[in-house]
Amino acid sequence: MTGDHQTLALLLFSTFVAVTLAITTWASRSRQGSAEEFYAGGRLFSPMENGFAIAGDYMSAASFLGISGLIALYGYDGMLYSVGFLVAWLVVLFLVAELVRNCGRFTLADVVAARMRERPVRIAAGTSSVTVSVLYLVAQMVGAGSLVALLLGGTGEAAQAWTVIGVGALMVIYVSLGGMRATTWIQIVKAVLLLGGTVALTALVLVRFHGDFDRLLLTAAERSGHGEAFLVPGLKYGGDWIARADFISLGLALVLGTAGLPHILSRFYTVPTARAARRSVVWSIGLIGGFYLMTIVLGLGAAAVVGPDAVRESNAAGNTAVPLLALDLGGGADSTGGTVLFAVVAAVAFATILAVVAGVTLASSASVAHDLYASLRRRRAEPRSEVTVARVAAVGIGAVAIALGLLARDLNVAFLVGLAFAVAASANLPVLLYSLFWRGFTTRGAVWSVYGGLVPAVLLVLLSPVVSGSPQSLFPGVDFQYFPLQNPGIVSIPLGFAAGWLGTVTSAETPDEAKHAETEVRSLTGAGAV
Amino acid sequence: MQSSNERPRGAGGGRESTVGDRAARDRGPAETSASPAYDDPWYDALASGWAEPAGAAAPAPAVPPARAETGAEPRAAADVYLEVQRSAAFREVRGRYRRFVVPAVVAFFVWYVVYVVAATTAPGLMARPVTGAVNVAMVAGLGQFLTTFLLTWAYARHARLRRDRAALELRWDTQELARGVRGGAS
Repeated sequence: MTGDHQTLALLLFSTFVAVTLAITTWASRSRQGSAEEFYAGGRLFSPMENGFAIAGDYMSAASFLGISGLIALYGYDGMLYSVGFLVAWLVVLFLVAELVRNCGRFTLADVVAARMRERPVRIAAGTSSVTVSVLYLVAQMVGAGSLVALLLGGTGEAAQAWTVIGVGALMVIYVSLGGMRATTWIQIVKAVLLLGGTVALTALVLVRFHGDFDRLLLTAAERSGHGEAFLVPGLKYGGDWIARADFISLGLALVLGTAGLPHILSRFYTVPTARAARRSVVWSIGLIGGFYLMTIVLGLGAAAVVGPDAVRESNAAGNTAVPLLALDLGGGADSTGGTVLFAVVAAVAFATILAVVAGVTLASSASVAHDLYASLRRRRAEPRSEVTVARVAAVGIGAVAIALGLLARDLNVAFLVGLAFAVAASANLPVLLYSLFWRGFTTRGAVWSVYGGLVPAVLLVLLSPVVSGSPQSLFPGVDFQYFPLQNPGIVSIPLGFAAGWLGTVTSAETPDEAKHAETEVRSLTGAGAV
Repeated sequence: MQSSNERPRGAGGGRESTVGDRAARDRGPAETSASPAYDDPWYDALASGWAEPAGAAAPAPAVPPARAETGAEPRAAADVYLEVQRSAAFREVRGRYRRFVVPAVVAFFVWYVVYVVAATTAPGLMARPVTGAVNVAMVAGLGQFLTTFLLTWAYARHARLRRDRAALELRWDTQELARGVRGGAS
């Protein structure tokens, strides 16, 4: 990768940063600092705008580079990720989007706290939301650091560290100055860029194979060196039973976790009605589904055109498959076309990370200010001061994410994302579904269900081979590994549901019929929705 | 007055007019039954309310009993929601939502779990060729995409045609009732 690539990629990326900063200034000019404006962007986005923004929030660099890289290296097993990431949206569409829009104001805790004693529930839901967001943020920061090393050739430790700090600082500026309005527009711009880049590359791959999908499959299988096995599941997760159980666990976490991600839930509050929330999810399912279908073509194309050996040589995890494919499709390393395409892909990947990081930071600062701060203070904070707290929280969370991102530099990005999904599915989803659909759910049940999912999920990770006991783990020197799976989902998700049930049936409190009626009527009709 | 009172009677029996009259009384003594205030769209929305959107001849909800009491304002507001929850119109909306969502969730979740488990435990089955280089695994994977798109379309259509209108009318009715309670207590 020559200097030309770097200069052009840096130029394009700087343009993106300049444009997004301009959006932020425009969005923050002459706006009142109300909570409505800061957390929900005034609630007047159209379904199409919000659909693009949701897609922008969801399609991270891990999808764009990671999944297509996995497909390039392991064939079919990479495709399993795309399926899980997409099917998860049916849970969001059917059970969560409209009801959450009708019942809540800004965060997940709003929905639960409406029926329960507010303080313990808000603290519990706020804690788990912040935990999920920080894990997700760290994954993106680590991804940004390694991207710099991979794409710009700056393999030095210092370059990675400065990238992590730079990304963190930028996102703090976006979020604390622009709030939800600026963040949403950044997501929209990024989604259009990412989809545009993906469509262009996919078209080039299909043109290369004259639109013959069969030939693409055969060429990819042949060049991979695995033959038929490349097109069948099992290359990556087909080993022993532990590896297979691990994959099923990941599959569950992916499909159930999306509906518990705080930055996805908060997006539904940016549209005026539940109907608009539904239509924005329909838009985003279309966009996200199309995107994942194209990543399959890109991954197969990388295997067929670049070849797994060249991909592996550049990055063992396969993260550079798409940039290498772009270089090749553009005409090779020394051609203008190759240089331009490579730079475009690199810039799009950076933009992707930046936008996702901004969305997650906003959601977690909302949890800190609206749930944790408002509950832990003796009196409820005034709306005006709550926004100030949220701005400060964005800076604080940015700092924490930068620090953790620097520490966790060597952790696998896909693993961190899978972990965030597992925690979201174990701690956030059970309490959300119970409070929307279970008449007899009580405060104790809500609190138990959050902690009953959160604590096992985090604990099992600490005891897993990720942290200790194997050469790839965080602390290879020590061995306190008692749990064989990398992803805790298969155990912790049922535990979260079981704890909520147990807490409810053992509590002396009688469920408040009227509050349940209010939640049910409001969630299905939108009466009293803000 | 005449025209707006005729509609609910034709639709679901005489009790709606009680709701309407109550709401009218809540507006204050100045607005008597013959006053032009009935052109108010809010009143219209209320009058066409209950039981009608469901198209069923089910009994309309009774007027919240707490309305007559004074002082217990939160109790009264809560009763509005209990009242609406028990109404036939709301039960119909909830039933339509559940009758679609429950089978759909079960279906796609089972189909997804079967797919993931089969992919990890039955590679032999997944390797069976279908046409050309396309095998069962590829068809199943693309099938997941297809079912997701189809279910999304079906849900959006079902909600738009079978739920939205009734839910919206319930929303105005509920809000109007809640407002009436609050207004009456103060």
